[in-house]
Amino acid sequence: MKPLLVKEFTATSCIGRGLEQTLDSLIGRRSGLQACEFETVRLDTHIGEVSGIDSQRIPADLKRFDCRNNRLAELALTQDGFLESVEEWAGRCGRKRIGVFIGTSTSGILETELAYRELDPLTGALPASFDYAATHNSFSVADYLRRRLDLEGPAMTVSCACASSAKVFGSARRMIEAGLIDAAVVGGVDSLCLTTLYGFHSLQLCSNAPCRPFDVARDGISIGEAAAFALLTRIPGTLNGDDVLLLGVGESSDAYHMSAPHPEGDGARRAMLAALSAANLRPDAIDYINLHGTGTPSNDRAESQAVTSVFGTTTPCSSTKGATGHTLGAAGALEAVISALALRNGLMPGGAQTAQLDPTLTARYLLANCHGRIARVLSNSFGFGGANCSLILGRAG
Amino acid sequence: MKIAGYVGGIGVLGPGLNNWPDAAAVLSGRRAYEPAATVLPAPALLPPTERRRTGRVVKTALAVALEATSRAGIEPAQLASVFASSGGDGHNCHEICRALTLEAREISPTRFANSVHNAAAGYWSIATDSKRSSTVLCAFDASFCAGLLDALIQVAVDEESLLLIAYDTEYPDPMRAKRPIPDAFGAAFVLTPHREAGSLARIEASLGFGPCDPLPDAQLESLRASIPAARCLPLLRQLAVHKEGRTVLEYLDGSNTIVEVEPCN
Repeated sequence: MKPLLVKEFTATSCIGRGLEQTLDSLIGRRSGLQACEFETVRLDTHIGEVSGIDSQRIPADLKRFDCRNNRLAELALTQDGFLESVEEWAGRCGRKRIGVFIGTSTSGILETELAYRELDPLTGALPASFDYAATHNSFSVADYLRRRLDLEGPAMTVSCACASSAKVFGSARRMIEAGLIDAAVVGGVDSLCLTTLYGFHSLQLCSNAPCRPFDVARDGISIGEAAAFALLTRIPGTLNGDDVLLLGVGESSDAYHMSAPHPEGDGARRAMLAALSAANLRPDAIDYINLHGTGTPSNDRAESQAVTSVFGTTTPCSSTKGATGHTLGAAGALEAVISALALRNGLMPGGAQTAQLDPTLTARYLLANCHGRIARVLSNSFGFGGANCSLILGRAG
Repeated sequence: MKIAGYVGGIGVLGPGLNNWPDAAAVLSGRRAYEPAATVLPAPALLPPTERRRTGRVVKTALAVALEATSRAGIEPAQLASVFASSGGDGHNCHEICRALTLEAREISPTRFANSVHNAAAGYWSIATDSKRSSTVLCAFDASFCAGLLDALIQVAVDEESLLLIAYDTEYPDPMRAKRPIPDAFGAAFVLTPHREAGSLARIEASLGFGPCDPLPDAQLESLRASIPAARCLPLLRQLAVHKEGRTVLEYLDGSNTIVEVEPCN
């Protein structure tokens, strides 16, 4: 594939609003996971909740889009000058020439969950104020961002469970390469809701403790929420050494099980190989792998096997979900941004929360931060339904 | 770059439309349209235990996907896929939201696994052992064109053969009042980068602004306007009449997608 410039990027999760706080937390190895006190949820689990969403305001003309998911999108959009950068770019290439590609799994389903508590006792009808299109529908967040950024190009939501916001990089890159657009706002937004908290609980996939990816005692995920965005453009004539490029996107399907990974990580392996092939790189060109690393026994076992089969046992890797929680539909974009921070700052973040590595996992998992020049990072995202996506980001110089 | 490819096989299922030849007869005016509730076949691809777990949305998607690949004579496992749906499984979503209002808040694991927007894609890939890339997307009422663009661009840019499946089903009450989709509709298209022996037509897409083409038959037009996946009906009609021509499909906020259709024989 033709590489693209990751012109701007930003992320907001439980470890920080914007890049500076996120980087500080990674350097300080701080986790944002806390005992769950979300809404009326009574589950013995830890979550990665973003503070300040309840007081976040949506612009008056977009009031109908008001829901937790879009508030989180708004909160993230206004960090790091991202909104202004998109505006500047729209002035340069035209509002019709910028696409919007957002991954989400939850969208604004929380609004629907709350509305079901308010059904009319006589008719059973939902409250008049409930707006399906602007909150519940999967497209709501992409629609909101397209309007908020005043863009007029193509737009869509990708909803492939936890691979959603990695896969948006693939759709955006193809549309730019086809010449239909000149730039793309890509990202992921997923917010806490009862469906995911009680749903993952029903599958017995949630840990009671903060999640411990690759730990010998790991016993499940911690659900988090996040919004992360990037502005992708074609490569300009001149680049700075610090510029971050999207070098490869690899996608595959497990064809194995709806809610469990292939035991040997076959789909994960094929996604990583496809990303390397798209980037025209050999495995030894990758300096660090940001793992999907959810902290479930089965994911980490399968992913470690897949990583080892492609990269051997020496490529440093870690999961940042011990810090951020598993932000589901936002995880791909959040971890792409963390990968971009890793490239810019020469930081390979050691996995937070993990104390004792599972000796049966052969991938070289980092328990402490490593510093040094990093030229290329691979980031993995895998989801229910067997959806897999690997991204490769690299420094321009 | 031209955003173009070849249609190799089509599957259709909707109210009063039982398969592609049936829909083609109606859309080309060879048979009068008689609206009737969509008849969903049992998903033949799935083992009996899985069949019981799948809702109407998965049955719709799998039925048209299987018809399109069978007609094209292509092994499904060879195809990447793009699934375009305005909503997920509305009945499943309703049951989850209802359960979450109860004291116990118990959601069955199967219900939760089926709640993901990519459930149909997951079942399809498992049933056909398809390990290629699968993208599942949504653009509310513009979902069909969003899917068509994503699919045709993938065909053109990556020179990849691909299956596009557009599908939607109804919500039960009380969601139905907020999202009044009347019934199930699905359409699937095998798309290839180069002309094959069985290619039906070459299609080329571009973006435009302005109104889209309505259908001349009032009842078919009502179907087109009431189910997002049925926004593809004008394209199906152009393919059914087997003549060179262009059709304008509804996309986002007053924009449209223009599709030039050139039959292969």
